[in-house]
Amino acid sequence: MKARRVKPDGAALNSSLIRRPIQRCFWLFLLPTFASFCIGFLYPFLKGLFLSFCKFKTTSHWKWIGLGNYATIFRDASFLHAFWYTALFAVISLVIINVLAFAVAYALTRGMKSSNIFRTVFFMPNLIGGIVLGYIWLMIFDGILIHYNTAVKLQTEYGFWGLVILMCWQQIGYMMIIYIAGLQAVPEDMLEAAKIDGASGWKTLWHITIPNVMPSITICTFLTLTNSFKLFDQNLALTNGSPFVTQADGSVIKTTEMLALNIVNSNTSNTRGPGQAKAVVFFILVAAIGLLQLSANRKKEVQQ
Amino acid sequence: MAKTQNGFRGERRANTIITIIFSVIAVAYLYPIFVVLLNSLKTNASINTSTFAFPNSDTFMGFQNYVKGMTFGNYPFLKSVEYSFTITILSAALILVCTSMAAWYISRVGSLVCKIAYYLFVFSMVVPFQMVMFTLSKTADTLKLNTPLTIPVIYLGFGAGLAVFMFSGFVKSIPLEIEEAAAIDGCGPIRTFFTVVMPMLKPTLISVGVLEIMWVWNDYLLPYLVLDINEYRTIPIHIQYLRGSYGSVDMGATMALILMSIIPVIIFYLSCQKYIIKGVAAGAVKG
Repeated sequence: MKARRVKPDGAALNSSLIRRPIQRCFWLFLLPTFASFCIGFLYPFLKGLFLSFCKFKTTSHWKWIGLGNYATIFRDASFLHAFWYTALFAVISLVIINVLAFAVAYALTRGMKSSNIFRTVFFMPNLIGGIVLGYIWLMIFDGILIHYNTAVKLQTEYGFWGLVILMCWQQIGYMMIIYIAGLQAVPEDMLEAAKIDGASGWKTLWHITIPNVMPSITICTFLTLTNSFKLFDQNLALTNGSPFVTQADGSVIKTTEMLALNIVNSNTSNTRGPGQAKAVVFFILVAAIGLLQLSANRKKEVQQ
Repeated sequence: MAKTQNGFRGERRANTIITIIFSVIAVAYLYPIFVVLLNSLKTNASINTSTFAFPNSDTFMGFQNYVKGMTFGNYPFLKSVEYSFTITILSAALILVCTSMAAWYISRVGSLVCKIAYYLFVFSMVVPFQMVMFTLSKTADTLKLNTPLTIPVIYLGFGAGLAVFMFSGFVKSIPLEIEEAAAIDGCGPIRTFFTVVMPMLKPTLISVGVLEIMWVWNDYLLPYLVLDINEYRTIPIHIQYLRGSYGSVDMGATMALILMSIIPVIIFYLSCQKYIIKGVAAGAVKG
């Protein structure tokens, strides 16, 4: 038996009283979750990674082709279009959602009497699923646009701004909750000191409040960014990529199709290899954003 | 002195103005749902041409749209409600029990295997579903996990990351002395977990529960790819199927279905609003 190491923090104490008996119940405590994890994540992930280097129609019949699929997708105009479209959407919705959510949170933490009711109302759209949200807003946009003899699905701009409005409606409440938590943690004495020193409202906001809620701003920035990149249901329900444009070479670009939808749509039997390669690129993008967030959070922890 | 009083009065007036502005915004915020309610009571023609008008004697349909919606699209709506409830409740329960046990095991044992498992769980949080969807749906088919009663295993597998992460964070903050005392009194690990540790985990159980319920209830792509959708449709799949597959859609019946699918969510939200907001904030800050 190895010598026991006692960790100074006591969090993972190697006490024979606790550790050994638990370890004997491995099959009950860890096994169910880990087995499901292998079925529901680990195996599909590794197999998916492997298949992105293969030509295949079913998962059991594959042929290794190296980077062939990756070469194909970077020549795929619809994928590149989806990427830039998603990036543009992510940046624009990031700015709008965060500015509005911060403004709402700031106003609601000013000691207003009925702020709880407003909080309840603004958060509610968050609980409604993407598919349902998409169809609610499709009806509303089309109800307005019909008076101008057009529809959301007929113009790329309508689809784009429609989705921005939809996402604002859904996410402002969510980000507002995080900002409210941040704003409530701003030290009262700092705000008081600023008031006594005669700082104007704007100056207090800019020099005291915003630096103090920086952690919330980081969280919300990354959250809106990942949400935009992973956006699927709302995109599917609102436009499903319409309007379509046929290229000179006969390929079709769905002008309002975002990355996630593009990947799902390319999973037809003929394009599975490239579809899986797209998924890997998509994963690397989303994971990179996630890692950036982790490191940003860690830096924040060190400072505190 | 006079100046401060003026300042207070000014602030109060500003608050009143903000309250009025926010009331207007709040009404506008709820307006889309109100329009759904209006339209669920109207004829199809008037939904398309005058979406925002109140129903009048010509366009009022009563509850006909709701009656039609029940069997709309050759699939009974109540069946999809049943499947949605079954899948959501089973998945959330399974995730809560299994991942809290796994997180406790990982934190208390702390061996190399545990560390590797923990980092794999954390890693899975950044992987989007599209990365695994194709192979996952094949695996689920092979293992017969493609029915409402077995799909919770898939949800447990794919959703374990965030849950284990949140539980481990909390377990680490529980003082070991309590469990030591239980062990000295002759309490085995299973009883210690269920009678001593689990009650202490309650706040995290609620947070994770809320997050998982919201995820599973609204999820579209995973059940769409895993379940046999001719037989099993959850509410999002049912609504997407109605809207996506036909040229002209019965808007009135769709609106009735949308409203009926929102009602459970709103009831859930209003009855445990405090926990939902707290749970969501906790999930955001950590994940």
